[in-house]
Amino acid sequence: MAYPMKIRANSDGTETEVKILMSHPMETGRRKDEDGNPVPAHFIRNITVTHGDVVVLSAQWGPAISANPFLSFRFRGGVPGEMVKVAWRDNLGDTKSQEAMIA
Amino acid sequence: MERRDFLRQGGGSLAAALLGAGWLTPAQAAEWNRVAFEAKGVDVVFRLLGAGDATASGDVYVTAPEIAENGAVVPVTVGSRLPGTQSIAILIEKNPNTLTAMFDIPQGTAPEVHTRVKMAETCRLYALVRTENGFHFGAKEIKITLGGCGG
Repeated sequence: MAYPMKIRANSDGTETEVKILMSHPMETGRRKDEDGNPVPAHFIRNITVTHGDVVVLSAQWGPAISANPFLSFRFRGGVPGEMVKVAWRDNLGDTKSQEAMIA
Repeated sequence: MERRDFLRQGGGSLAAALLGAGWLTPAQAAEWNRVAFEAKGVDVVFRLLGAGDATASGDVYVTAPEIAENGAVVPVTVGSRLPGTQSIAILIEKNPNTLTAMFDIPQGTAPEVHTRVKMAETCRLYALVRTENGFHFGAKEIKITLGGCGG
């Protein structure tokens, strides 16, 4: 799967606000499809956001984060032109990593 | 104590530091607390996270709508005004799995995160904060018109 991600990182001169919209089904494993067959669990378990070499946020998730997860937070520092990287790994071992430039 | 337990219980920031220093690969750092995520009940999860003695605090806040029409997408902000906040967890009282997320907050990152969660039914959503002085929590009841359990 391609799992495109939208990342926005905006500096106000002191802090950088990061907004991330991920593409992921976040299946709980409790749902059935139209034919009544159970849909296997498929959800992001680990996510890490780095600014340069510094981890600015990391998280463990369960399947109750909504499908196509949204996440926003702020960290001190960050200069326009620098990069923020978001990486995740799901319960099936799929991974995705994407960068965005701080504006 | 095994290395894995150590990383789970208190090593988040250490793992982040090691990762930053290039001593751990991201795959090694990608620990997931299966026992806590598969547990049911706020008290049980608190205990599993070492927060059995957590105290209620007005400085730990949950910002969310009073009524959410769609339980599959409930926007929520959890945050802490306590100094030295190291992590924030989200627990949903009546979900099939209580623990929803655990965020490690490194120094320099604001102790507030916003995300969207699924809620099976009307219940309280807890924010559990770990600081250098122990665990504290805040909670808010959110009414769900249409449950998001299946989603």
